[in-house]
Amino acid sequence: MKKIILALALATAFSAQAVEYTQVQPDKSAINFTYKQMGVAVDGKFRKFTSQLNFDPTKPTTAKATFEVELASVDTGAPEGDQEVAGKPWFNTKAFPTAKFVSGAVKPLGGNKYEVGGQLTIKGKTQDVVVPATFTPQVNTGVFDGSFTIRRADFSIGEGSWAKFDIVANDVVIKFRITANSK
Amino acid sequence: MSYTKTAKALHWLMAALLFGLLALGFYMQDLPLSPEKLQLYSWHKWAGVTAFLLVAFRLFWRLAHRPPALPASMPKRMQFAAHAGHLLLYGLMIAIPLSGWLMSSAKGFQTVYFGVLPIPDLLDKNKEIGDLLALVHKSLNLLFIAVLAGHIGAALKHHFIDKDDILTRMLPKH
Ligand code: HEM
Repeated sequence: MKKIILALALATAFSAQAVEYTQVQPDKSAINFTYKQMGVAVDGKFRKFTSQLNFDPTKPTTAKATFEVELASVDTGAPEGDQEVAGKPWFNTKAFPTAKFVSGAVKPLGGNKYEVGGQLTIKGKTQDVVVPATFTPQVNTGVFDGSFTIRRADFSIGEGSWAKFDIVANDVVIKFRITANSK
Repeated sequence: MSYTKTAKALHWLMAALLFGLLALGFYMQDLPLSPEKLQLYSWHKWAGVTAFLLVAFRLFWRLAHRPPALPASMPKRMQFAAHAGHLLLYGLMIAIPLSGWLMSSAKGFQTVYFGVLPIPDLLDKNKEIGDLLALVHKSLNLLFIAVLAGHIGAALKHHFIDKDDILTRMLPKH
């Protein structure tokens, strides 16, 4: 009898481990960014994005993630800034409405840490990126946190009079928190 | 009787700085967003912080050095008005930069003096409070312009109509 209970306990413990996180909760997730304006850090965020996620902590290398960010949903902190970055010199949202991240290889770094390779496409330009992320399991949900830095010039974000970096710096830090429910 | 050299220097330095700040403030606001606009905003904020430091020093100086008395020929009622006007000017010279600083914090654009010295944000980013403080900053500035007009008008009246030394005693060579 004791053996059966132990086996059952192990089995439930194992199946609790083997959950797959797929249901991204938009209201508990955020994609923010920070850039420097004349040396001063300024925060912004994107209000809308869609995603597909498959993450099983017991098989992290098979994980897959795709994020598509609606660029017109940007919040730069000032309405005239939002309008400006939607325009041609910046995102040109008419021609390129979304930014897309597609994951490639996922490398477990031990503990809760992972390194997610992938391709980021903005404004018709694709770059390889490496995204460090941590995963924190909670009751029925898991939270992914991470940040990585892109250079806006790599994607022609901010052309013409904005192309110099003296007012708006080249580096943009993307910070995300993705909360996903298990199936 | 005249003002100290320091008091005179502060008066005219701040007059120039504040006229520049007023003009720049109204001008930059209407510009379409551009790198130049962001540059002007930073300059305005730096100059505004400088004005605040100067007025703080000026107040300290003012408390340590009594200004010359108003002419005895001035009616009590006018002397009172002159003192009240000067008090209002000092109040505005303090309140305007403070409102600009708080507005910048609430709008999420920290003030970094000359791009090197970060001035702490007392307020968290909050759009409603930011918009409200922008209105406060603007209203205080409009009031400031009205009080300045009275200030300059009074100085000119003393000089050309009353023909006393109120204006000349603030001039460098008196
Ligand atoms: C005595 C000092 C100052 C004077 C005389 C002054 C004057 C002005 C004026 C006339 C405007 C235009 C108002 C409008 O039309 O809305 C303005 C706007 C502005 N000022 Fe100041 N200012 C001073 C200090 C400061 C300081 C210290 C800061 C920030 C650290 C600041 C930040 C701003 C900002 C951000 C705006 C633009 C508001 C907007 O875009 O809505 N000012 N200022």
